Amino acid sequence: MTIEANMPTLPPLTGRAGHFRPLLEGLARRTEPVAIALFAVVVGLALFSVFIAAIGKSPLQLFQLMYAGGFGSWFSIQNSLSRAAPLLLTALCVALPARLGLVVIGAEGAVVLGGLAGAAIAVPLIGSAQPLLAWVMMAVAGMVVGGIWIGLAGFLRHYRGVNETIASLLLSYIAIALMNHLIEGPLRDPASLNKPSTAQLPPEFMLGKIPGMDVHWGLVIGVLACIGSWILIERTSFGFAARVAGGNVRAAQIQGLPVGRLVVGLTALAGAFAGLAGTIEVAAVQGSANGALIAGYGYAGILVAFLARHNPLAIIPVAILLGGIDASGGLIQRRMGLPDATVLVLQGTLFVVILFCETLYGRFKAFNPDLWKRSA
Amino acid sequence: MTKLLRMNRRSFLKSSATGAALAGLAPGLLGSTAAAQAALTVGFIYVGPKDDYGYNQAHAEGAAVIKAMPGVTVIEEENVPETVDVQKTMESMINLDGASLIFPTSFGYFDPHMLEMAKKYPDVQFRHCGGMWKEGVHPENTGSYFGYIGQGQYLNGIAAGHATKSKKIGFVAAKPIPQVLQNINSFLLGARSVDPAITCQVIFTGEWSLAVKEAEATNALVDQGADVITCHVDSPKVVVETAAGRGAFVCGYHANQSPLAPEKYLTGAEWAWGNVYSDFVKKAQAGEKLGNFVRGGLKDGFVKMSPLGPAVPEAGRKQFDTTLGEIMAGGFSVFKGGIKDNKGNVVVAEGKSFPEDAIELESMDYLVEGVVGSTS
Repeated sequence: MTIEANMPTLPPLTGRAGHFRPLLEGLARRTEPVAIALFAVVVGLALFSVFIAAIGKSPLQLFQLMYAGGFGSWFSIQNSLSRAAPLLLTALCVALPARLGLVVIGAEGAVVLGGLAGAAIAVPLIGSAQPLLAWVMMAVAGMVVGGIWIGLAGFLRHYRGVNETIASLLLSYIAIALMNHLIEGPLRDPASLNKPSTAQLPPEFMLGKIPGMDVHWGLVIGVLACIGSWILIERTSFGFAARVAGGNVRAAQIQGLPVGRLVVGLTALAGAFAGLAGTIEVAAVQGSANGALIAGYGYAGILVAFLARHNPLAIIPVAILLGGIDASGGLIQRRMGLPDATVLVLQGTLFVVILFCETLYGRFKAFNPDLWKRSA
Repeated sequence: MTKLLRMNRRSFLKSSATGAALAGLAPGLLGSTAAAQAALTVGFIYVGPKDDYGYNQAHAEGAAVIKAMPGVTVIEEENVPETVDVQKTMESMINLDGASLIFPTSFGYFDPHMLEMAKKYPDVQFRHCGGMWKEGVHPENTGSYFGYIGQGQYLNGIAAGHATKSKKIGFVAAKPIPQVLQNINSFLLGARSVDPAITCQVIFTGEWSLAVKEAEATNALVDQGADVITCHVDSPKVVVETAAGRGAFVCGYHANQSPLAPEKYLTGAEWAWGNVYSDFVKKAQAGEKLGNFVRGGLKDGFVKMSPLGPAVPEAGRKQFDTTLGEIMAGGFSVFKGGIKDNKGNVVVAEGKSFPEDAIELESMDYLVEGVVGSTS
């Protein structure tokens, strides 16, 4: 009420100009997140330039290399997309629970166990099953195990009052220890002497590349998962209930929403996506489950999800952007002699600035749809 | 857009300033015959930081030797995980920098990552550190090089045997895999050549690089009375500093760590990759075929010992030099005649001896008598 009272009213538009009002209103609503995100990225890059200049290197050369290495050629674009692929799914593992108001940071554990489950279930199928059946079995195994793992954090949260952030983080340590134990013990391929791994998948079980591209199918699966999650959250009653519970648990309970089922269901779905990321890593890249699964995809997903403000659709461009930054990191090391940590500094700077810019929402009158409403 | 592209191109040309490096722009032209010309771009990929006082630094020191050679451009990338990232790094070195010889130095880079890239880029030579190449199985443009460093740990053991007062020495190990087990056993056998009453406690951390656990393990070993510590982890820095801080002596591994503990450092088993890399590069420059399977030990210049520290007593220096002389003369065996494992089983029968290149040592799965610890 008070805001509206303070709003300056535009002179009423007459004639045809009046038709633009609803358009402007929608535009104002939609451009706010984009404008603020862009502003944050520009500020982040500016701060990073100061850092680079301070250590005596040229920020201009650095940005040119980042563009060249991340997006400057078809090779670079494919490089960025390959690196973005696993982040799409691990970011969903953070973004979905976040819509319920939960901060889940244990995607790494679900990735590792999902990969292990996928690899383990495929071993007895070698030689007897069709690839399609093997893929389905692997995906199901990875998703179930990943779902149980993160779903457990959701369950503990709702029914036992255990903080889901700590629980999911600790669960991921347990997951990594469990995988190390299994690949060095019962599930170890005896031929993997100095690199403990599960048995190698035969070539026909490998997922392969998207036709015409040097990027594996994980990218397509990840994009579909993001779109599906967006529909689930924004366009279904389940998603609506989840958002209500995320806004105010008490209100949701009073409304009779099944908060427990929402929490466990959505965390399990989130874990299933991370588990699937692990399975894809095995089936498309590694060919077996081994220590290389612990590559930090789960933790990178936290960054992606927060930068995307937990919007499943926004995860797609953010993951590609981070993939590009990652891809250009090598070129920066090789051409400018900067350490690998340079890219981490950039990611950290962007992260902090973007989180800081969250406070800017609602502060600019131009983005307030009410301003553009037809004055009565 | 075009302007940006042009600027990229210009900065790209600038950074590869010499006309020689320009030849590298077209990797297709750089077959084995073209490699006979002076221009050669060599790529090095490390799994960790290249100043880690350990595994990666040893390779980076080797790369620095190549850098000083005429007509060679060295490009390096550190902290590259064993995922699709390393594949893209190799491709990026080939496509954007014109690398025609690549050394992916981490064990896990071999399968599937390096093999995939070798198939895709048959004109580029790949040589991997680890000894997994098999004739007829792996592509001809790939190969392995590795060093027998076990005898270096045997010499470490001799220095340790003379320095210990408590007759207890300690070993911080990453994983119970054959290479590591051979180092542990060699270390104890070296110490027992001084005094058969010496025992060696081993603690496995489970990971190649896990600073916190390495420090905990070192402290635990010192708490249990060990007064000489060595290790086999990627970066011995934490172990060396922690042990020396607690007053224990240390033997180094991978690289020379004496600057970290000048008074407490006895000696160390170091890689001498500079010799190996310059051999490869000389061959590549002369247009000769590079070896596919290259291995060697102290005698062949693949491994070297750090200079003996001030704490090694005179008797120790004498035995160290005598044994080193025997090793350099060739045919020396650490594992000979009547060795039992620490469960009482005979693992090397009376009258048998395994020199460092014996195939039996490649699948070692035991700890010898006198080692306190378990492989599982």
